[in-house]
Amino acid sequence: MSTAAVAAPSAHAEHHELGFLRTYIFSTDHKMIGRQFLFMALFMMSIGGLMAMLMRWELAFPETAVPGFHWVPEPYMYDGAIPPNTYNSMFTMHATIMIFFVVMPILIGCFGNFLIPLMIGARDMAFPVLNMLSFWVGAVAGVIIISSFFVPGGPAAAGWTSYAPLSAVPVYTGVDWGQNLWCISLIVLGVSSLMGSINYITTVINMRTKGMTFFRMPLVIWSLFITAILLLLALPVLTTALALLLFDRMGGTHFFLPAGGGEPLLWQHLFWFFGHPEVYIMILPAMGMTSDILSTFSRKPIFGYRSMAYAMAAIAFLSWIVWGHHMFQSGMNPGLGTSFMLTTMVIGVPSAIKTFNWLGTLYKGDIHFTTAMLNALAFVAMFVIGGLSGIFMASTPVDMYIHDSYFIVAHIHYVLFGGSLFGVFGAITYWFPKMFGKMMNETLGKIHFWITFVAFNCTFFPMHILGMAGHMRRIYNPTQYDFLKPVQSINVFISISAFVLGAAQFILLANIIWSLAKGKKASENPWLANTLEWTAPSPPGHGNWPGALPQVYRGPYEYSSPEVAEDYLPQNRLLEGHIAVAD
Amino acid sequence: MLEYLYFPHDISTFGPQIDLIFEVIFWVVMVTWIAVTIAMAVFLVRYRHRPGRKATYIEGSTRLEIIWTTATAVIMIVLALASRSTWAFIKEQGPAGDVFYKVAGKQFNWEITYPGPDGQLGTADDVTVENDFHVPVNKVVRLELSSKDVIHSFYVPNMRLRQDAVPGRVIHVWFEATEIGQYEIPCSQLCGFGHSGMKGTLYVQSQEDYDKWLKDAYSNK
Repeated sequence: MSTAAVAAPSAHAEHHELGFLRTYIFSTDHKMIGRQFLFMALFMMSIGGLMAMLMRWELAFPETAVPGFHWVPEPYMYDGAIPPNTYNSMFTMHATIMIFFVVMPILIGCFGNFLIPLMIGARDMAFPVLNMLSFWVGAVAGVIIISSFFVPGGPAAAGWTSYAPLSAVPVYTGVDWGQNLWCISLIVLGVSSLMGSINYITTVINMRTKGMTFFRMPLVIWSLFITAILLLLALPVLTTALALLLFDRMGGTHFFLPAGGGEPLLWQHLFWFFGHPEVYIMILPAMGMTSDILSTFSRKPIFGYRSMAYAMAAIAFLSWIVWGHHMFQSGMNPGLGTSFMLTTMVIGVPSAIKTFNWLGTLYKGDIHFTTAMLNALAFVAMFVIGGLSGIFMASTPVDMYIHDSYFIVAHIHYVLFGGSLFGVFGAITYWFPKMFGKMMNETLGKIHFWITFVAFNCTFFPMHILGMAGHMRRIYNPTQYDFLKPVQSINVFISISAFVLGAAQFILLANIIWSLAKGKKASENPWLANTLEWTAPSPPGHGNWPGALPQVYRGPYEYSSPEVAEDYLPQNRLLEGHIAVAD
Repeated sequence: MLEYLYFPHDISTFGPQIDLIFEVIFWVVMVTWIAVTIAMAVFLVRYRHRPGRKATYIEGSTRLEIIWTTATAVIMIVLALASRSTWAFIKEQGPAGDVFYKVAGKQFNWEITYPGPDGQLGTADDVTVENDFHVPVNKVVRLELSSKDVIHSFYVPNMRLRQDAVPGRVIHVWFEATEIGQYEIPCSQLCGFGHSGMKGTLYVQSQEDYDKWLKDAYSNK
């Protein structure tokens, strides 16, 4: 183990220059690995986003040629027009890429890696080599999923949920290797996740600096710690299910095929037993980041710190017993549906606790509207909508009507885009100075925020109405249905908003590139924040702190404390008259 | 209210119960949403940064935590309990059937099997028709839902009715249509490249029209 190198205060002094390859490519430094995950995810986001744009074109202007896409060969497109199977591939790959290769890598791969050692006062992760492997195994998974676009038959087309038997027999979708590669890619990615989660858990438990008790950890670290535990327990279930699916496809087994005595619903149980904790894996870290950003820019302690940490733990626990709400209409015993309805309603409670505490944090604060803060506030506002809309489908009879409709699409995007992605935008802006030593441009940041915020709501809010009108998800051409004729104009409105939303992301990209090149140099603590990462240089060198590791004397949110004249009180600042004991 | 939200006209006996629960949740959600949004907006305006102001140091309030935890828990559990009986009525119990059919999903059609002149399903004189589902009005319809290949979902927006059709299983579904007319039966579970456009038509007819149609169907067999 490399703990000696990691823990030694003089690590930085001893460290000698590494070559280009070891610094930028095969780095074991948690900060470089975090940046690698960030850039990989941003690249994948452009592909996932493009899929979404093409889908929106199809839904607004069904079976017409997409401008600029005449070059795509048949049978994937016909002179720019999207055929049904390509459409099915697009929503499958859009969700797969956004979930597994964008949101998870950014939240957990990038910020988990970058923040955990810096915020708990460690020089690196517990297992730096494993950390490097985790990224590179993840990159291999990314290459496999991209390569599935280029095999005959195209990429997977059975939905990101890949319900068997549709996904289990090639002839049902007409996709052969695309679906196999989908399974293989996610199995490989599962290995990457496993390595990452073990590392995070070990690091948080063992490598906190002197004085950093569990209840002095920032909520970001709590959220990443809880998420890592969920990952460790959930991902192997998916890996198992994927292996069984692959056996059914390639090995002649019948785990999910009734003809051979298999059970299609087994896939759904396995998938959602993973899938529901997965939903929280994708929101908990964003909740943690939002909590930190809200507290910093309200210049006020987070309201109810402990209840925030307990609420996340409660969400994590409950996330294991709600998976059946995805299966109310699946043919699962309806009596079971009633119990899953009850647990699902109950999981709304810790979510509500978090929301009220965020509001409490703003109350009597001194609110600074930075770009990071605007995004964090959007997270709260959008998470409220996403959380409340979830109550509708938690109710089994209402779900009978809105299941598999655009109401669900609206709900998940309010949580995953309105929640997680606004959290990510906030986090990028907030920690960019620490990551790259440069400030991001606030004007560009605000322009990006406002266009994204308005376009996001114009895109996804009307989807609730589509859902109420009965609009099914995953249909290729809504004009094939008489009962959907009254709402087709809403589809057109949504698509135009979506194009604006997509285009607005170039502002973010431009801001990142511009700020990297020409951004104002960041000071050590540009936001006057309390947590430990702001006591390291921007960007921190190898080993994070040039001298001794910081020691912690208090919790992370002592803003506007009556004990000092300034409105912040860093965790590591020793006040006169206090005894320097770290318990 | 729901017709203003584009809800399709309901023609089932249980639809109004579902719509009622939807409305109850709608108002609970709306009130909560508006309250939270107004509180947030007021805080953002009132406590915005101005030179010289300092935030008040507040770490939290156990009393408030207890109040909002209890209040939310009570509301959520009440909503669950309120939904329970409707769900059980539609999916677990339901009234005795008047007419019986088999419906099977098959890429990319609904196969409707009508009992032959002997009135029994599963005998040689059964009639199978693709996508045209004729039922008499104001009669309890019971159907055995299954699939011949992948999972499909039997969905009638005008009845708020949805049930997946799973290969290897027979799932019992019932409904009672209260208005004569034609209604769409889209497949609502992704079932392959022909999923979009896979739809049947539900013809709700008067008993006489229904009997006449069925007689023609036998003779055309």
